[in-house]
Amino acid sequence: MKKIQILGTGCSKCNQLGANARQAAEIAGIEYEIEKVTDIVEISKMGVISTPALVIDGNIVSTGKLLKPEKIKAFLV
Amino acid sequence: MFSIFTKLADFCVYYVFGLEQGTQLASSLHFFIEDVTKIYALLIVMIYSIGWLRASLDVERVREYLIGKPRIWGYLAGSAFGAITPFCSCSSIPLFLGFTQARIPLGITMAFLITSPIINEVAIVLLGSLLGIKFMLLYIGFGLLAGILGGMILDLLKAECYLTPLVQKVREAGVDGVSQDARVSLSVRDRHIFAKGELGSIFIRVWKWVLLGVGLGAVLHGYVPETYIVEHLGRGQWWSVPGAVLLGIPLYSNASGIIPVAESLLGKGLPVGTTLAFMLSTVAASFPEFMLLKQVMKPRLLLYFFLILVSMFTLIGWIMNMMNF
Repeated sequence: MKKIQILGTGCSKCNQLGANARQAAEIAGIEYEIEKVTDIVEISKMGVISTPALVIDGNIVSTGKLLKPEKIKAFLV
Repeated sequence: MFSIFTKLADFCVYYVFGLEQGTQLASSLHFFIEDVTKIYALLIVMIYSIGWLRASLDVERVREYLIGKPRIWGYLAGSAFGAITPFCSCSSIPLFLGFTQARIPLGITMAFLITSPIINEVAIVLLGSLLGIKFMLLYIGFGLLAGILGGMILDLLKAECYLTPLVQKVREAGVDGVSQDARVSLSVRDRHIFAKGELGSIFIRVWKWVLLGVGLGAVLHGYVPETYIVEHLGRGQWWSVPGAVLLGIPLYSNASGIIPVAESLLGKGLPVGTTLAFMLSTVAASFPEFMLLKQVMKPRLLLYFFLILVSMFTLIGWIMNMMNF
């Protein structure tokens, strides 16, 4: 099961990234869980300095970018 | 090069709507149509092109670069990077914390955060095309200067002593060993995707501001008599500059909204210095941004920051008015 985390303080980009990630996971047909991390301390602890950020199974996959579902799907499979 | 937009506006106003030349309505509408179409066209071209160039620049690289740099150079570089690095202001606090954790001096981080909202591709494009290259260069120069000086002064005031407990908490929490994917070099296609993405997200964010700003500018252009502004504010009365700055700081506007307004004001005789001060203070700071900064800055530091911005922009306005540009 893939653990997908969306790091962001809550602006529209973060929400959109979450939606795109969900869509990507659905298309990929994998088992997943999505978590939104909005706590600043948590985000900093993960070493992220530009949001929104996408973390999959503990690996920072992208920071500061709003990825399209196709691009996210590539990271999931 | 831009006459096509004038012609388009001429066509719409005098032919399609059949309005009389010289009336206030015709004047306003013409201004509106010409400016909106011109701005949209320019934005599309420039956001894409600059997005293309910037695709490989990100804040993580900037942070790596700034670590350990001597202060004076740090302020310059911080400000310059702030100008050119793609950066969403919602990221301000994560960036602030990330830079601080890397032991980058507060002033350098602030140089980046001050200049970042002031100088961006939208502002440059609009200034250059609507107000001329000279004004654009002035704006860029002062935007950089504001970052450099602002950062320097904050450090001199020992701003680092006035950070909130949150900052210390984050420092202590440290960074977990979360791995980061190796940075890959970008292909042409990657750049295109990034540039297209930037175009989409920035345009979506900005198109309403353009309408609002040009709308306001159009009303000013058509309905506010030149004499009014010239009489009351045209001689660069000393109080009009800080007044403009104090009005501008809490206002929230994108560059795209404020520049058409500035164009109108200038056209009506508002002095260059006053206009510049107003523009800089509007884009450089806002209520939302101060709310964000409250998380990392104690009230005293927020006050210092506010006063520094007000003083710098007021001085810039006064100097420019005196020099009679």
